[in-house]
Amino acid sequence: MPLRLSLLVVVLASAGCATFDPPKPWEKGELAKPQMRFDANPLTTRVTQHVYESKEGASGGYGIGGGGCGCN
Amino acid sequence: MPLRRLLLFAALIASTSPALAVEAGEAAPAFALPNAKGETVTLDKLKGQVVYVDFWASWCGPCKRSFPWMNDMQQRYGGKGLSIVAVNVDKKREDADKFLGQTPAQFTIVFDPAGATPSSFAVKGMPSSYLIDGKGNVIVVEQGFHDDRKDAVEDQIRKLLAAR
Repeated sequence: MPLRLSLLVVVLASAGCATFDPPKPWEKGELAKPQMRFDANPLTTRVTQHVYESKEGASGGYGIGGGGCGCN
Repeated sequence: MPLRRLLLFAALIASTSPALAVEAGEAAPAFALPNAKGETVTLDKLKGQVVYVDFWASWCGPCKRSFPWMNDMQQRYGGKGLSIVAVNVDKKREDADKFLGQTPAQFTIVFDPAGATPSSFAVKGMPSSYLIDGKGNVIVVEQGFHDDRKDAVEDQIRKLLAAR
């Protein structure tokens, strides 16, 4: 029974995680700001990435653009 | 016990399911939103017209590209019964005004900083547009603004205007 009880507690506690609501597409104004980018300068990142791809013969994994605004 | 576990699982799933998005063929959710002059624009009052509802924000790049096209559509089909209503979802009004200063709009702009309308349409991305016929039914749902979709949407607008 203690095991069942603790299982129930875990399940109920994880249900609490479900109440977190990620920002909706129309609420991403703050996320779309330039200061929310991981990189300081998108052009520099693109050039660096291009050099890296040419040297390593590997590409991908970084995506393109994307400030997280939810735009297509 | 299995049944109870199943019920618990079902309850968990139900608690996480998102709102259902408005699809083509469904009735468009009603709205009443103020324009820049403070007048209320409602979907009800536009009944009988073909309505193109667009959700946009100042921080959304493709929205900026969609404005010249919407101006063009309003100019060409406005007199024939098309009404473009662009719903701004910016939290700060001055952001929207700045955008409109740079990107003039010759169609109806309404403001919904609280986001109730995009919520009732369950907008999935920015920008999103809904082409609504004279009876208030959604005919086309567009997500994003794509140059290669312009002609298809314009065709639909023409078709709906002819059927009106």
